[in-house]
Amino acid sequence: MARPRLLSEYFRTNGRLLGSVMLGLVAFWIIVLILLPQLSMLDYSFRYNLPPAEQGGPKDVYTLANYRHLIYGAGGGEGTYNTVDLMVFVRTIIAAMAVTVADLILCYPLAYYLGQSRGSGFVRLLVVLLIIPYWINEILRAFALRIVFADGGILNAAMMGLGLIDQPIDFIRADVALYAGLGYAYILLMLFPMYNAIESLDRNQIEAARDMGASWIRIHRRIVIPHAKPGITSGMTMVFMLSAGALAAPQILGGPSSLWFTQLVYQWFNDSLNWQQGAAYAIVLLVASITIVLTFMKIFKVNMGDIGK
Amino acid sequence: MAGGIGVDLENLWIRFGDFVAVRDANVNINGGDFFSFLGPSGCGKTTILRAISGFLQPSEGRVLIGGKDMAGIGPNKRPTALIFQNLALFPLMKIWENITFSMEVKGAGKAERRKRADELLEMIALEGQGDKLPSELSGGQKQRVAIARALCAEPDVLLLDEPLSALDLKLRQHMRTELREIQQRVGITFIYITHDQGEALTMSDNVAVMRAGVIEQIGSGHDVYDLPATPFVASFVGENNVFRGRILEVNGTEALIRTNRSGDLLAQITPAARGVLKPGDEAMMFIRPEALSLVVDAGAHEKTRLAAKVVNEEFEGNSYSVFLEGDGGKRIKMSLPNVGQDRIASKGEDLTLKYELRNAVVMPAGELAAE
Repeated sequence: MARPRLLSEYFRTNGRLLGSVMLGLVAFWIIVLILLPQLSMLDYSFRYNLPPAEQGGPKDVYTLANYRHLIYGAGGGEGTYNTVDLMVFVRTIIAAMAVTVADLILCYPLAYYLGQSRGSGFVRLLVVLLIIPYWINEILRAFALRIVFADGGILNAAMMGLGLIDQPIDFIRADVALYAGLGYAYILLMLFPMYNAIESLDRNQIEAARDMGASWIRIHRRIVIPHAKPGITSGMTMVFMLSAGALAAPQILGGPSSLWFTQLVYQWFNDSLNWQQGAAYAIVLLVASITIVLTFMKIFKVNMGDIGK
Repeated sequence: MAGGIGVDLENLWIRFGDFVAVRDANVNINGGDFFSFLGPSGCGKTTILRAISGFLQPSEGRVLIGGKDMAGIGPNKRPTALIFQNLALFPLMKIWENITFSMEVKGAGKAERRKRADELLEMIALEGQGDKLPSELSGGQKQRVAIARALCAEPDVLLLDEPLSALDLKLRQHMRTELREIQQRVGITFIYITHDQGEALTMSDNVAVMRAGVIEQIGSGHDVYDLPATPFVASFVGENNVFRGRILEVNGTEALIRTNRSGDLLAQITPAARGVLKPGDEAMMFIRPEALSLVVDAGAHEKTRLAAKVVNEEFEGNSYSVFLEGDGGKRIKMSLPNVGQDRIASKGEDLTLKYELRNAVVMPAGELAAE
């Protein structure tokens, strides 16, 4: 009985017309923009890559071949594994996690500072300054970073000028540029939810804890972090999902020997023109990412509903 | 804990930039006292509390707790516990965790904390509620949890920053009694901040009345109410009729005042102004509404009588408030207990009011509290 009551309550507060419009828009968003395209991708991923003439013909049947390819490679399961692609997959997931954690560590102190010095106009100015880079498009930002990290780039020049190093460091080959680029690309998606959460924390709670002798570490562990948990979760989810699925940054900033899993997906779609295979790879990445996020939410006891707060 | 630990403020100044929040405060709070700082908002009382708790460093002067200078000692190292105006309970922790947070900080084990929490919950009559969250308790219950949490640290001094202000009237009155009882039971010093004179008078052994960063008077509730030191105290604590005028004669502790509109009246000089007030000085004289009564015989002193016309009358249950107008439109309020008499006055009636000399107090003119 909970659902219908929820719905009638919804219509009572929003009115029949506005309620229907909002509901319609959400339905459009979910069905047309998310569900249908993804379902067709899912459908693709279970089909053979056939020439147009044979599509819909007797050969067009469902198959697990595309998924098998990711695990066993072209050979198709004679004890050999598709180590290259699997390694790329694992590396992408781990690197995306590392980027997420790095962003979390960078953003937490900043979010805490911004959140607790509430109200002042200067802080608001600082926040606006943080947004400015996001007015520049992602590809431009990635190339700008490439210039910074290049052999003859500003970073190497500065470090050599200061006498810290004799030889330029190949930041691109070492993937430093890639991780920096990914971290930079999504860092605000970590900062803002955390900042919003911490801003709503009553300062008196911190003072009360301090008055009772709590150390800074304990204050953060027991009071600030539990309070900011929904914000932290939503930030981490976004950064992880987006870095795992990033394409521009790995393409532009990645070293010659390192591939991001999305690049493999891209290659299947674009270079090999095998959408079925690409779809299977993309679905695997999507399912893995969602599973990881849900698992971590379970471990850290975060409810889905908290994130919307 | 016998006797408790006292708190002294010596020449305490607190400035924020050019703004002086506290000006040269000197206060001796005896150990085991219930002491209140009373004043309108913005008078600096919370600032004083923050200086005692250690969240704020004085610009000048000293804070001594138990005779020890607290300069440079942080809030966590002082033998004080602070109860915030909004209580600042930790919303995500269970009640028992809230109460024993100070033990958790010191590394006490869970069983020990649980046991202590149960003891304290019993003291505040919330047995068995330890596993609830603060949001599941009522306002008064949260109030008691905040007290238990503060007491759990076994402080020598408990600091309370208007903790009752969010409660409704009935509960607030109930909590006054309860706070006073708890204080007497644990025997430690309570320092209480409030803008509510009722709270200050009912609970405190001593009260400091503050205005704009200055402590105007320190004394028992009786002293502050009956013998206010300044016009501000007289008008801020309780209700008062003020009569402006000049001193005509001084006779020991009594003075005759030529009031601007109500003739010559006698009053006692407030202790703080004795020897200071001279004939010719501008003065203010105060008579409480409840100190006025109707003249029924001719026995009273002539110089303790007022003539006035009834303008309005309000029935307040336990008393009548009678609003009168004296000569020249001077407004006077009289309060009469409702003890079953017939109607005492009707609109437009001319009355003669009298008061006892000891109930009228005169002092040098000064600023009154804002209405």
